[in-house]
Amino acid sequence: MDSSLISSIGSIFAWAAPVIFGVLGETITERSGVMNLSLNGSLILSAMVGFVAATTTNSFLIGFLAAAAVGSLIALLIAFMSIDLKQSQIAVGYVLAMATKSLAYFLGAPYVGAHVMLLPTVPIPLLSQIPFIGPILFKQTILTYLSYVAIVVCYIWIFKTHQGLILTGIGERPSAAYIRGANVNRLRYIYTGIGGAMVGVGGALYSLSVKTWNGTLSGFDGIGWIILAITIFGGWHPIKGALGSYLFVVFQYVGIILQPLMPNVNSRVFQVAPFPLMILALLFVNIGNADWVERTLAGLPENVRRTISKVLRAMRTSPPAALGVPFENE
Amino acid sequence: MISKEQKSKPNRSSFFLNLLTNRVSSLFIAVVLALVFTCLVILIIKANPFRVFEVIFSGAFSSTDAVTQVLQAWVPLVLASIGLMFTFTAGLWNIGMEGQIEIGAICAYGVIRLFMDSSTASPAIVIILTMLAGAVGGSVWALLVGMLKNFGGVNEIFGGLGFNFIADTVMLYLVYGPWKPIGVANGSTKMLPRSLWLPQIPGSYLSLWALGIAILGVVITAIVLKGTYFGLKIKAVGKNNKSSFLMGIPTSRYMLISFMLCGIFAGLTGALQITAFYHVLRTGISGGYGYLGLLVGMLANVQPLVTAAIAFVFIALSKGAAGLGIDLKLDSNLSGVIQGTLVMFVLVMDGIRKVIVKKNKGARIG
Repeated sequence: MDSSLISSIGSIFAWAAPVIFGVLGETITERSGVMNLSLNGSLILSAMVGFVAATTTNSFLIGFLAAAAVGSLIALLIAFMSIDLKQSQIAVGYVLAMATKSLAYFLGAPYVGAHVMLLPTVPIPLLSQIPFIGPILFKQTILTYLSYVAIVVCYIWIFKTHQGLILTGIGERPSAAYIRGANVNRLRYIYTGIGGAMVGVGGALYSLSVKTWNGTLSGFDGIGWIILAITIFGGWHPIKGALGSYLFVVFQYVGIILQPLMPNVNSRVFQVAPFPLMILALLFVNIGNADWVERTLAGLPENVRRTISKVLRAMRTSPPAALGVPFENE
Repeated sequence: MISKEQKSKPNRSSFFLNLLTNRVSSLFIAVVLALVFTCLVILIIKANPFRVFEVIFSGAFSSTDAVTQVLQAWVPLVLASIGLMFTFTAGLWNIGMEGQIEIGAICAYGVIRLFMDSSTASPAIVIILTMLAGAVGGSVWALLVGMLKNFGGVNEIFGGLGFNFIADTVMLYLVYGPWKPIGVANGSTKMLPRSLWLPQIPGSYLSLWALGIAILGVVITAIVLKGTYFGLKIKAVGKNNKSSFLMGIPTSRYMLISFMLCGIFAGLTGALQITAFYHVLRTGISGGYGYLGLLVGMLANVQPLVTAAIAFVFIALSKGAAGLGIDLKLDSNLSGVIQGTLVMFVLVMDGIRKVIVKKNKGARIG
C-alpha cells in the first residue's frame, strides 16, 4: 500500500480530533439544556492560552490543562449568566464568541512566531503493526487516541448509565427530573463545565498539534460555528456527531486533493467550500420537523407517504426539549 | 416602586440596591467595569492603559481627517445595525447579515459591470440602479435564511452562518475568477470609472451622500418601528409568536418581511461600500460590520437613535485602535475586547437588576 496515502488517511483522524472534542463537549452541554454558542471564540482563546502555557513551561500537559480551564471558565460563565442572572444564552454566547476571539488575538499577538511545539505521535505497540489499519489508526498522538476513547465514553455515559438518563432528563423535562431528585441547575453547571473543558482541549489541539498559533492567521476561525452545526447534524448523539466530524474533515481534505486538479479556481474557494456543505446538510436533518412537510405528505397516496416519512424520520433530529430554557423550581 | 418603599427607611444597603436597580446608574457601572477589565487586559500585556486609551482617542478624533474616516466607517455600521433592528424586533438573530452585505455588493457590482464601458448611460441612473440591485440582492439572501427557518426548520443562526460561508465562496470565486482584472488576481476587481463614484468631500473618503442615506435610514426605521401599525405587529410577533398567531397576525409572513427589510439595509451597505468607499469589489468588503452590528443592536435595545449613537462610539473605538499597531506595537483587536466586554457587563448588570427586583417583589409578597 502506498505510504503517502496511508499517512494522508491517518491525518484525517488527527485533524478530526479537535472537532470531535468540540462536538462531544457541545453535545453533552446541550443535552443538559444549556447552549454554549461561544465555541468559535472559546476555541481560539483556549488555543492561544494552551499554546502560551505549553511553550513557556515546555510542557504539553500544562498547555492542555490551561486550555481546558479556559474553555471551562467561559462555559461556566454562560451557565451562570443563564441560570443565575436569567440572561438569554444566545445573547451571552454570541457576545462571548466575539469578545474571547478578540481577546485571544490581542493577548496572543506577541507570541506569534514563538517556538512551535507539536504533539509527538506515539505508535501503539502491536496494534500499529496491523497492515493498513495499524498505521492509520494507531500511529497518532495521545490526544487522537483520547478522541476515540471520548466518543465511546460519551456514548456509554449518555445511553447506558443512570447518570446519562438523568442528563437526558434535565435537558428534556427538567421539572420531572427535579421531582425525581435531580439537582437540575447544579448538574447543568457540571455538564456545561465539562463540555467547555473538552472544547478547550480541542482548541489546544489546533495550536499544539494540527496547526500552530499564528494570531489572526492561525486559520481556525470559523471552525467553532461548524462544530455547533455538526452537533445539530449529529442529532445530539456522540457517535453520529463523531461521524459528522469525520465527514467534515474529509470534505476539507477532498478540497486539498482537488485543488491541483482545478488550478483555475482559487485555493481559498476549496478552504471555505466544506462549511456551506456542512450547514446545508442541516436542512436535510431538519426538514422533517416542518409543518408544511407533514401537510403535504398528508395529501399523498398512502404507500408513497409511508416511504417518504420513513426516510424523513430516519434523518430527522430534534433538539433537547428544554435547550436554552432556564429552569426554575416553583 | 421599590425606590419609594426604600425611601422611607434610608440606609446604606438600600442606596446600594438603588444604584444597581436604576437603569442609568447600572449602565454607568457596566461601563466602568468594562473599562477596568480592559485596563487589566492591557496590563497583562505590560502596556500602559492610559497611553493606550490616549492613542485610541487621538486615532479617532485628533484631526479632521481622522474624524471623516470615523464618519465614513460609521455609515456601513449604522446601516447594518439599523437593519438588524427589524429582525431583533421580530425576535430573530440575523447572523447572516455579513453574507447579505457581500451579496448586495456583488449584485451592485454586477450592475456596474453592465454599464462600465458604456458612455451613454447617465451616471446618476446607473448609481441608483446599483443601489437597487444591492438592496434586492441583500434582501433575497436574507429571505433565503428566513425561508430555511420557516419551511426547513433550520435555526436562523445556522442558516445565516451557512449563507455567510456561501457568500464568501461566491465572492472568492468571482474576484479570483471571472471578474478578476486582466493579468492580476489580488482579491479585487477592476476599479469603477470615477463618474460612477458617489461624490466625496474633496481630499477625504467621506461621501455626504452616503452619510445622508445612513441618517435617512435611521429616521425611516424609527418611524416605521415606533409610529406604524406594521411596526407594532412585528413587535408583537417578536414578543409572543404564538399569541400573535392566535390574534390573527400571519406570523411567518411578518418574520419573512423583517428578514427582507434587514436584508435591504445589508444590501445597501454592500452597494455603498462599492460606490462610496472602495470603488472595487473585493474580499472582506463586508468588513465585519454585520457581526459588530449585532453587538450594537444588543446594546441599543431596539432604539434607532440609541443605535446610531452606539454605532458611533463603537466605530470610533475600532478606527482609533487601528493606530495601536503603529504607535505601541499592540494588536488592534483590543477594540473588539472593549466592545465585547462592554456588552457583556451590560448583560451582567441587567441580570443583577432582574434578580434584585424579583427578590424584592418576593419579599414584599411574602
